[in-house]
Amino acid sequence: MPGEILEKARAHAGGPRGPVGSWGGGGSAGPDGGIAADPRRLGLWLFLGTVTMLFVGFTSAYLVRRASADWRPLAIPALLWWNTAAIVASSGALEVARRRLRGWAPVGAVPWVFATGILGVLFAVGQVLAWRALAARGFYLETSPHNSFFYVLTGTHLVHLAGGLVWFGVVLSRVRRLAYVPGEDGLGLFATYWHFLAGLWLYLLVLLFVV
Amino acid sequence: MAHAAEAQAGEAHVHAPQAFIWRYVFSKDHKVIAIQYYVTAMFMALIAGLLAMLVRLQLAWPERDNAWLGNLLPMGFQSGVMNPEFYAMLFTMHGTIMVFFVLSTAPVSGFGNLLIPLQAGARDMAFPFLNGLSFWTFLCGCVVILSSFFVASGAAAAGWTSYPPLSALKGAIPGSDMGQTLWIVAMVFFIASFTMGGLNFVTTILNLRAKGLTMFRMPLTMWSMFLVAILGLLAFPALTAASLLLVFDRHFGTSFFLPAGLVLNNVPLMGPDGAFLHQGGSPLLWQHLFWFLGHPEVYILMLPALGFTSDIIATFARKPIFGYRSMVLAMVAIAGLSFVVWGHHMFVSGMSPYLGMAFAVGTILIAVPSAVKVFNWLATLYRSRIRFTTAMLWALGVVSLFISGGLSGILLGQGALDIHLHDTMFVVAHFHLIMAGAALFGVFGATAYWFPKMFGRLMNEPLGKAHFWFTFVTYYGTFFPMHYIGIAGHLRRIYDPYQYEFLAPLKGINEFITVSAFILGLSQILFFVNFFWSAFKGKKAGENPWDANGLEWTTSSPPPHGNWPGAIPVVHRWPYEYSNPAAPRDHVMQHEPPFAGEPRH
Repeated sequence: MPGEILEKARAHAGGPRGPVGSWGGGGSAGPDGGIAADPRRLGLWLFLGTVTMLFVGFTSAYLVRRASADWRPLAIPALLWWNTAAIVASSGALEVARRRLRGWAPVGAVPWVFATGILGVLFAVGQVLAWRALAARGFYLETSPHNSFFYVLTGTHLVHLAGGLVWFGVVLSRVRRLAYVPGEDGLGLFATYWHFLAGLWLYLLVLLFVV
Repeated sequence: MAHAAEAQAGEAHVHAPQAFIWRYVFSKDHKVIAIQYYVTAMFMALIAGLLAMLVRLQLAWPERDNAWLGNLLPMGFQSGVMNPEFYAMLFTMHGTIMVFFVLSTAPVSGFGNLLIPLQAGARDMAFPFLNGLSFWTFLCGCVVILSSFFVASGAAAAGWTSYPPLSALKGAIPGSDMGQTLWIVAMVFFIASFTMGGLNFVTTILNLRAKGLTMFRMPLTMWSMFLVAILGLLAFPALTAASLLLVFDRHFGTSFFLPAGLVLNNVPLMGPDGAFLHQGGSPLLWQHLFWFLGHPEVYILMLPALGFTSDIIATFARKPIFGYRSMVLAMVAIAGLSFVVWGHHMFVSGMSPYLGMAFAVGTILIAVPSAVKVFNWLATLYRSRIRFTTAMLWALGVVSLFISGGLSGILLGQGALDIHLHDTMFVVAHFHLIMAGAALFGVFGATAYWFPKMFGRLMNEPLGKAHFWFTFVTYYGTFFPMHYIGIAGHLRRIYDPYQYEFLAPLKGINEFITVSAFILGLSQILFFVNFFWSAFKGKKAGENPWDANGLEWTTSSPPPHGNWPGAIPVVHRWPYEYSNPAAPRDHVMQHEPPFAGEPRH
């Protein structure tokens, strides 16, 4: 029985090989010694590679600019600690949901999926509030280079997080329809992206306020 | 469109979409997308080429009254004489369009899309929807960059490198206004499109190869596409980051690239409080970020040409490519080194000589894998019985340009020499020979060679050869003399060289170059005529018109939707098995099982 469900799930996902979407897994057989990965997983990792390079570019700009004479460090807005807690907790909740789903407890996964999304939205709202708090104290985008980098880097992160929330909407509707097959790691792809965003946020926090 | 594959399409696993709009417009079929990319890129090439003609006209006869052109382009001419601002727009847009929208697009997005699934033995790319989306994103970029000619303040004019402060201060020159904004928007579209393509390329090559097709059995074209896609994924984000920071400097008052003390039209850029609006930014930061992309980018243009050339030379020399593994490793080395040499564009920026030395050493190291490639091509040609088809002529042209352009690269890579040659026509000569020329010749060669897989027909050979010889002679005629005037101190991007007494004697050479360039431009008519005539009326091609070995030659021309009507062939060998005396004929195709007595390899 479980094997049958798995087969159905694979067919539904387009199979591990072949162009995603239109060929129904009828594509090529595996090459000798080739990498037998899910193409979507590989594509996602490549995408994360290119996002990483984007932030590497920002980082080098930040380090160069920080060495100039007009650099005045910005104190960390206290709200950011709460935001950090929210995004880390969101990642944690998603891990719990993922484990439930893999452990044949799809119904038990639903509240944790909800928690993931709520915490993610809380983080996004918190970021906007943090910007507004800074602006209220007179720290605008152009006030000093550290401010500029703070707004640009957190903004770019937030844009990527917004994309994640759109994806989350798809995940949520599938979870509620119980469209993920128990035992399968249905949330795996989304989790990769979501954890990446949490990790990226921790990195930005360290870059902007610790190093 | 000359697609005659309707009959076979039904036999593929999945039926091709029937409505015209889904079949040929919003298609997800990699072959249709490839042709869309290719034709768009060639249209952009036509425009960028015309811009170059205007640049050449100005450099040869700056004082000439061109009343008829003034009537045609009223925004660029004042009583028949070209505006300096318009001249800057011309070379900026020529460079931008050629580098990104033509020479990154035609070989990579065009032939990459056409060839990767066919050579890999895949039904399509890994993400067909993303592939279609990528093309339409690219087209948006084309529309935006072209539209900048029609805004009141004109197109971007800060050079294709868009160095601040010229690109960051809206009032600096007319081109710094709306034109520069559109330039950035077009870049964002282009980068998004190229990233989607790159994800597809790498995933398809790693995941969807036919059974038996190991990495070291892949055609060198596939290897070049694999490397180019990785370069694009890793290098373009630097330009994204830089462009985003530039947007904030331009529109939101930040100072990432803008230093204090800027003066615009003799008015210091100060706020009401008497402090400078911008403080402490570094224009050099842009240069570093730009060239971190820019140098890998020029290899994105060139590597596919090296791949095409290897495949074409092996086929028409009827010999295995010499040193296949060293060819792969040389391309890997070139791609890897491209990430650590960007500083050689900035020797005159006040860089520490020690750092400059490191960049110089890295740069000159690139000569090693490049020389390996040249020796391997020559060794492949050595004592072979060459079939001089049009495709082969172009491939030999690539080898020629790769050598002559590469040699001047060794000169420019030395900091001490570069201080003299920097920003002169010598640089223009260098990169037009090696990067632009090799890429362009590679595209023409690939077009002649793989045309059957695009349209099911062969291109006209006499017309193709005439096109080659006219282009080859006038290409050298245009760019080779630029070495001399560059050494003599002729600056690039200069509106009127003859305002300086020491450049006045170079007018004769400049006129020669311009006449060459005009003939070069006119010769391209031969190509366009040949392309469209052959696409509809050319001689029908069979499955394998060149007796070549790759998987793309095991299916009909053009291949049906799904690429193979039946099962996908299984691969037993590399694609360079030519003239093996033990084999039954002069070439053994990749899908043919080992013949009697053949050693395993």
